[in-house]
Amino acid sequence: MISEAARADIDRWVEKYPEEQKQSAVMAALRIVQDENGGSITTEMMDEVAAYLDMPPINVYEVATFYSMYEHKPVGKHKLCVCTNISCMLRNSKGVVDHLQEKLDIGFGEVTEDGMFSLKEVECLGACVNAPVMQVGEHYHEQLNPEKIDRLLDELRQES
Amino acid sequence: MANQVCFRNNHLENSWTLAAYQSSGGYEAVKKILSEKTSPEELIDEIKLSALRGRGGAGFPTGLKWSFMPRNAPGQKYIVCNSDEGEPGTCKDRDILRYNPHQLIEGMLIAGYCIGASAGYNYIRGEFWEPYSRFEVALEEARAAGLLGDNILDSGFDFQLHSHLGAGAYVCGEETALLNSIEGKKGQPRFKPPFPAGFGLYGRPTTINNTESLASIPVILSKGGQWFLDQGLPNAGGEKLFSVSGHVNRPGNYEVPMGTPFSELLEMAGGVRDGHQLKAVIPGGSSTPVVPGDQMMGINMDYDSIASAGSMLGAGSVIVMDETTCMPRVLARLAYFYYEESCGQCTPCREGTGWLSRVTQRIEDGNGAQADIDLLDSVAGNIEGNTICALGDAAAMPVRSFLKHYRDEFQHHIDHKQCMVTSDW
Amino acid sequence: MDTQKDQVTIELNDTRLEARQGQMLIEVADANGVSIPRFCYHKKLSVSANCRMCLVEVENAPKMLPACATPVTDGMKAWTKSPKAIAAQKSVMEFLLINHPLDCPVCDQGGECDLQEMALGYGGDTSRYTEGKRIIKEKDYGSLVSTEMSRCIHCTRCVRFGVEIAGIPEIGGTGRGDHMQIGTYVQKALSSELSGNIIDLCPVGALLSKPFLFSARSWELKSVPGVAPHDAVGSNIQIQTRNGKVMRVIPQENEAVNEIWISDRDRFSYLALDSEDRVTQPMVRNSDGQLVETDWQSALEAAVNGMKMVASTDGGGALGALASPSSTTEEFYLLQKLMRGLGSNSVDHRLRQQDFSGQSDQIAPQLGTTLQQIEQQNAVLIVGSDIQREQPLLSHRIRKAALSGAAVSTVNPDGIEFNFPLSGEVVTDQLTPALSAIARAMVDMGMGGDLSGLSALVADANVEPAHQAVAESLIGGEKAMVLMGEIAYRDQNQAVIYALTGAIASMSGATFSVLTEGANALGGLLAGAVPHRDTADATVDSVGMDVASMVDMAPKGLLLMGIEAESDLAAGPAAADAIRKSEFVVSLSTFADSVTMGKSDVILPLAAFTESSGTFVNAEGEWQSFGGAVAPKGEARPGWKILRVMGTMANLDGFDYNSSEDVLSEVRGLCDQAETEKWSWSALSDLGDASSCTVASTPIYQVDSLVRRSEPLQQTPLAHAGQATTGGAE
Ligand SMILES: Cc1cc2nc3c(=O)[nH]c(=O)nc-3n(C[C@H](O)[C@H](O)[C@H](O)COP(=O)(O)O)c2cc1C
Ligand code: SF4
Ligand code: FES
Repeated sequence: MISEAARADIDRWVEKYPEEQKQSAVMAALRIVQDENGGSITTEMMDEVAAYLDMPPINVYEVATFYSMYEHKPVGKHKLCVCTNISCMLRNSKGVVDHLQEKLDIGFGEVTEDGMFSLKEVECLGACVNAPVMQVGEHYHEQLNPEKIDRLLDELRQES
Repeated sequence: MANQVCFRNNHLENSWTLAAYQSSGGYEAVKKILSEKTSPEELIDEIKLSALRGRGGAGFPTGLKWSFMPRNAPGQKYIVCNSDEGEPGTCKDRDILRYNPHQLIEGMLIAGYCIGASAGYNYIRGEFWEPYSRFEVALEEARAAGLLGDNILDSGFDFQLHSHLGAGAYVCGEETALLNSIEGKKGQPRFKPPFPAGFGLYGRPTTINNTESLASIPVILSKGGQWFLDQGLPNAGGEKLFSVSGHVNRPGNYEVPMGTPFSELLEMAGGVRDGHQLKAVIPGGSSTPVVPGDQMMGINMDYDSIASAGSMLGAGSVIVMDETTCMPRVLARLAYFYYEESCGQCTPCREGTGWLSRVTQRIEDGNGAQADIDLLDSVAGNIEGNTICALGDAAAMPVRSFLKHYRDEFQHHIDHKQCMVTSDW
Repeated sequence: MDTQKDQVTIELNDTRLEARQGQMLIEVADANGVSIPRFCYHKKLSVSANCRMCLVEVENAPKMLPACATPVTDGMKAWTKSPKAIAAQKSVMEFLLINHPLDCPVCDQGGECDLQEMALGYGGDTSRYTEGKRIIKEKDYGSLVSTEMSRCIHCTRCVRFGVEIAGIPEIGGTGRGDHMQIGTYVQKALSSELSGNIIDLCPVGALLSKPFLFSARSWELKSVPGVAPHDAVGSNIQIQTRNGKVMRVIPQENEAVNEIWISDRDRFSYLALDSEDRVTQPMVRNSDGQLVETDWQSALEAAVNGMKMVASTDGGGALGALASPSSTTEEFYLLQKLMRGLGSNSVDHRLRQQDFSGQSDQIAPQLGTTLQQIEQQNAVLIVGSDIQREQPLLSHRIRKAALSGAAVSTVNPDGIEFNFPLSGEVVTDQLTPALSAIARAMVDMGMGGDLSGLSALVADANVEPAHQAVAESLIGGEKAMVLMGEIAYRDQNQAVIYALTGAIASMSGATFSVLTEGANALGGLLAGAVPHRDTADATVDSVGMDVASMVDMAPKGLLLMGIEAESDLAAGPAAADAIRKSEFVVSLSTFADSVTMGKSDVILPLAAFTESSGTFVNAEGEWQSFGGAVAPKGEARPGWKILRVMGTMANLDGFDYNSSEDVLSEVRGLCDQAETEKWSWSALSDLGDASSCTVASTPIYQVDSLVRRSEPLQQTPLAHAGQATTGGAE
């Protein structure tokens, strides 16, 4: 069930669009329920979003599988999204990936045993002049190097 | 001169606040327009005079685009800002959202006024949560100050502005895919015609502009179209943001006049990484053709000059590569990007980008076949021009240009199953 | 609009052609016999321009343009086969084939595959693609449509069909780019009553008929035109056979009737033809009460003698006949001729009707306009009908009207939903008061007329906003129609409902349409297979027993044609009892149901719709004849032949026909003469009890003996949902 708080948040988005265009809020709704569910969405949740926004479920599935920020399998508490596209690549994103994989002992698309971290390869994050870049939750971490990464991992562990 | 348009406030403390923006003359342009009831035609003429060309990549003259809107047609019309910023190498709009959001809001207000739209959306890519949050705060400030909403400053002009967050899809930067995405659909580009000016968001007349284009408007109108024009070149006015990334000492966004020599821009960015030499430059974002470094040193950062080198200014995303760069490896990565980001609706792009990606990767992995180089060129050629949107072309252009200039490196990979260069990255 | 200005001249392949401004290039090409390859374009669907197969060269265009999405303009010059156009088409073809399994030898689409056909013209000889091919897991679309999604070329025709035609978006494209998959995402059987049409739309072998799978190759099939026997639309079909067996039914395009579609019922009912309980031998009940197989001569003699015996002892009036509403016009005609020859007017086919008190005042049930005209209506009122399930393709026309802005409203029991938007809705179990209120609203708006017997009812009605809205939309509609469907027609107070509906139509200047059960109710009435009218609406000296009276009185001698009493009659169990009480029963039967087998004295095996020639008159009054596609199963014979011999054996005059065409021309001739006098509606003078008792409509896959026996249809979600959503008091 979509929580009361999530509903309120979705409603806030619904209000941005013309009255008969509730469907415009579907991307926000999916993000909201995904956040609430620890970072991934299930078919049941998509069906609920469909019902809430008066959409045919198939159109919700389409949206939820089209955009790369929706996850359909459980992810770690912290999803580390590393850009490996050209500008980051030129500034050694491979080093970032190698370091993370070694530290966390997981590959792309995997979750650490304690459920704390998962690793994802992403396309250009739009922060190319500060490469290499990684996104964790709402935040960007830029000009990464091994020391910065270690510090960040520690902080994230501490946070929880 | 530099930093006179979108970055003009970045030196101010908390430059993103309403107070900071107003302290440097912010919202004066729109106030003047609303109080004097300047006619939209007059404003559009001023923008035409400025020779502002779209900063999103295609370089279409903004004033001309606005004049296509049936501004007096009844019913809802929309102005949409494209802050999707997904083209690899591009990261300028993010800084406008972060450091100068009010200038974008003012630009959208004026745009709305000019094209007869009473509502606008700013489509911000989903990963940009921090810039989005800052833009939202700016919207709140503007609403509270009566600069957005109904009857703005008692002028009788209504304008509602909202942001829409994406969720990870490069193709949503394509304007019609972006409209579908706002409508709550998959971000698949629409076939044109009809064009957004006639049938856009929710089927209503819509103008779509890039963040930088819109954020330039208040400056053009306060300093005059002629002033803006004078900063740049006759057919490409103003200063423009260039995102310089890759193998330079000081990667960053630089706002400099159109027509600035590439060598000067490179200089500003601290030059090529210490101890290395310039090899190649992608001048306008990953989809623009690569230009060999020596050739690049002789050209200027404007549409015509870059075109003469067989490439495009694009979004002004300058990717610098030094001699350690393995071209097959870079191309394989770019081909993979377009393969991952193809929306999948049209055949040449859906099938062709996968094909390009697999073959470039095979070559990079040392499993290339002799026929592969010609095959790549031909497959890219078969995609080009045959797709619904320009993503297909964007996928094809790097392939063709890399093969054109660095064929020997690909041949080396095929012959020796390894790189011609050694890289430390 | 100025047609002159609308007209443009273009040059296609250097030939000057006239076209309408705004028409797409591909439409102009199609209209002029210029073939342009295509996969995604389909004339009945929106343009998606995504396959890129139709790229052509257009003068002054920098790129090749898709002909399906390029509107023609005056002076446009285009080339469909120039070197540039061909090169573009070939490159698209290559892209389509790289991930296609190329498993034509084992693909059911073989021989009717657009991809296969075009690959011959555009494909290269050897593939330059050496990478692994995309493989996609099969989807489960339920019992009707089988999938082989690795063959899918992403044309999205099936997706657009769901949204635009079926009105149930169930199929979509999930995932992105190369990973995009066409499907329902979750395992889900398709729930539209029109779902089978995606089999025809799919240009490759990705969507196939599940029941037909691997049973024949298309080129081995012989195709015979036919008419679908389940509703009053009369959809045109092709019955495809091999070695005397029906292998498949597909639509036959007829823009005026079914366009290019058929309902799933029309497509998959043939699967009942080989049911185990087909009757294939004449049978007679012996003195021990056992049914024994016999030859035709003996069986026919037993049948005719038995009936004549009843007539001679108790008078012709002691005989009754009931026929399926999907009998052919020829069968109806000969049946009533036989019965009337034997002295009985008691012949009827209105099996699910319950109230016959108004029959003499009522016109022949019909649409009153053409099926195509439905799309042009501005206002439609549906009275008592689950029309989407009852008349799927007629409903599709209403949907088109609704989508182009018509105000469609309903007066219906609760729980009936449609795939088109309603502008107004009156939900009720009591049609009479609701209709009275709508009529009252019209009277109050000054639309009165002669309401005769209805006056009191209307005057007493309580007008609520919903009634008012319906009245206003009908009056406001420049072209309006009022459709009365099965639920209304079956009501125990049909006479009143009929009169009220007619009054509402006439007060608002709307077309009055009555839709009935079966494929040929109008043909049955025209042929005279009713107790109160002779052929061509001629009067009868005395009115015979209608269905209800026959159930009540159990005539001594009964002739049943194509009837399964328990399922086909409104009063199922009572009807079965009546049959059991009857002294002598002759059944012309296609299937052996328990009542028939348990009681009939003579059983004459009746050919099915694929095995006999005949004529159906559809709702709009169109006479559509068809020939038999296969020989009748076993010893079965077409109904008209059986009845002809019975007439001759009974020594009746005028039964010496040589063919079903002879029968047809006789009945058609009579009707054509009569048609000069237009049937008209008149208000009732006497109403009787005004309360109504609404009954549910017949679930879509229960309407007749064929669909009830089609296993794949019975396995669909609709077969189950049907009972739930249309359930009412029975
Ligand atoms: C695949 C693709 C991606 C694009 N991405 C962006 C983008 O991220 N931001 C942008 O402003 N324009 C992008 N564009 C260009 C837009 O379609 C459009 O031309 C632009 O937003 C118009 O604004 P302008 O005239 O102000 O430049 C993209 C185009 C394509 C084909
Ligand atoms: S070119 Fe690619 S991204 Fe653009 S519409 Fe076609 S498939 Fe989609
Ligand atoms: S038929 Fe025109 S693009 Fe498919």
